[in-house]
Amino acid sequence: MKHIWQSRSGRIGLVIVGTALLIVLVSLVWTPHDPSRVVPADRWLPISRDHWFGTDGAGKDLFSQVLVGARTTLFVVLASVAIAAVIGLVMGIFSALAPRWVGESTVYLIDVLIALPGLVLALVLVAALGGSLWTVSLAIGFGAGVVLARVVKSETHTVLTRDYIVAANASGSSTFRTIGRHIMPNIGPIVIVQLSIIAAFAVLAEAALSYLGLTPVSTPSWGRMLQGLQQSVTVHPWAIVFPGAAVVLATLGFNLLGDGLREAMDPTLRRRTATGVTGPGTTPPSESLPSELTVVRP
Amino acid sequence: MTLLEVRDLTIRFAGVTVVDGVSFDVDAGGRLGIIGESGSGKTLSALSVIGLVPEQAEVIGSVRFNGQELIGLADRELSKLRGDRIAMVFQSPLTSLNPLMRVGKQIAEPLRLHQGHSRRQAAAEAVALCARVGLPDPDRAARAFPHQLSGGQRQRVGIAIALACRPALLIADEPTTALDVTVQRDVLQLLDTLIAEEGTALLFITHDISLIAQVARELVVMRNGEIVEQGEVGELISRPRHPYTAQLVDAARATGLDGPAPLSTDRLANRFTTGTARDVVAPIDPHHFRGAGRIDPIEVHG
Repeated sequence: MKHIWQSRSGRIGLVIVGTALLIVLVSLVWTPHDPSRVVPADRWLPISRDHWFGTDGAGKDLFSQVLVGARTTLFVVLASVAIAAVIGLVMGIFSALAPRWVGESTVYLIDVLIALPGLVLALVLVAALGGSLWTVSLAIGFGAGVVLARVVKSETHTVLTRDYIVAANASGSSTFRTIGRHIMPNIGPIVIVQLSIIAAFAVLAEAALSYLGLTPVSTPSWGRMLQGLQQSVTVHPWAIVFPGAAVVLATLGFNLLGDGLREAMDPTLRRRTATGVTGPGTTPPSESLPSELTVVRP
Repeated sequence: MTLLEVRDLTIRFAGVTVVDGVSFDVDAGGRLGIIGESGSGKTLSALSVIGLVPEQAEVIGSVRFNGQELIGLADRELSKLRGDRIAMVFQSPLTSLNPLMRVGKQIAEPLRLHQGHSRRQAAAEAVALCARVGLPDPDRAARAFPHQLSGGQRQRVGIAIALACRPALLIADEPTTALDVTVQRDVLQLLDTLIAEEGTALLFITHDISLIAQVARELVVMRNGEIVEQGEVGELISRPRHPYTAQLVDAARATGLDGPAPLSTDRLANRFTTGTARDVVAPIDPHHFRGAGRIDPIEVHG
């Protein structure tokens, strides 16, 4: 956490994502108005002390709607990132470690799955399972997960050629221990960055799917707000700015947080060295030549 | 007593023979050097001892460790020996260490795997090992990441990992090739001292005959996957029978017999004298002589 704070992008990302979390927590206990209460007299009110973001065509408070919409966004982000991480890591590492023909077949399967358009997959899933947030998360997570599996597979392959994998085997480390201690941490930075991109993508995808009306009507969401507000965008252009800005900020926040995490997880990217050791008769660290032997699988 | 017995070891890749009928022994506490140019099969021969050849390779022959046949042994069984009874020091100390793991943790790995040490026990032992291999400020060194150490210090870490479980056999695959000449000498001396104290047997792989002369007693000369000559080190250097061995010795002389300085004169004499008093030919780097005077090159006796 300390190291994330040291990079500027990590700091900004952490603030934005932290704010989003705070908003979600606050929205559970307090909103200035009931976000779903229709007040015909308050249609299209401008920004005021009572209505921070104004009101929409039904007289509903926009600020309260944005607060409550954050819940949906965050839920879908967390669920789809978790689904993508499990699918990506399991399929990716498995295809890299499995015996040749099994691994190759898995890669072909991944390629076929990547070819399925995410939005179509989402429509099919919603048709089959009904429109719930879980269905939407599953669709986003699955689509992103198979792409992640591709990345994980190639990263794992690169890590497997490193000498420290041979060294770990030479120390008698088991395959699972090698995965946990050497492969996962070393593909970690790439996976984290990918997951943060997936999180950012999930914010957009959730907005898009709810904009298309694939989430339950009862679920408040930024995408649904955008859809409602864009019908009168020529008359009341300012109202659409708030849910739009929320989507943009959340996307940006997850991306920046990913950058910060990447720097924090890779000690060679950290700016200051905390525990450098120098002594008499030593030479400064330098890149050394790669060894002769490179391809060994555990 | 023979610790490691390699018989008719043959390694093939897709039908191409890269190691052909190699046989050698390493006694308990013994020191065998394997020398050869790159591609001569020396590294593969050594890796096959712990079953770390690439999976596409076809390995035929017999490797017996303490009487136990290792070829064809299940990976799970081999893993129990690796890092515990047979350990390895790698060529490049930077790439053979996990860049994201603190050095102390990496030294602790074999202890936790094989000796059943708790996390805390292993950590304490790792600091002790850091001190043992001469890392300055062992407490801090154990907390450092590999990139925060110099090349020589990293190789000391490599040695600490290898010797953590007090193995019976240490395989050193060109452990000093990636290091500066001055650092090479220190690391070699450390390796020499530690394995002498522990009575560890050494299988030392190199392409540099002057290094072999310093640490090994027996020598195997390999070329194109075959053993061209084997015998006692001093003997082979002073009276090479095979033209390739002669070539290696000549090459070492032509380049001023460079490499690390000899350990000390009496230890040198021990290394090269073989039972009966004989002429001794030893590789010495002229740069390491101090003081005035002229030195007639080569031909050092005694």
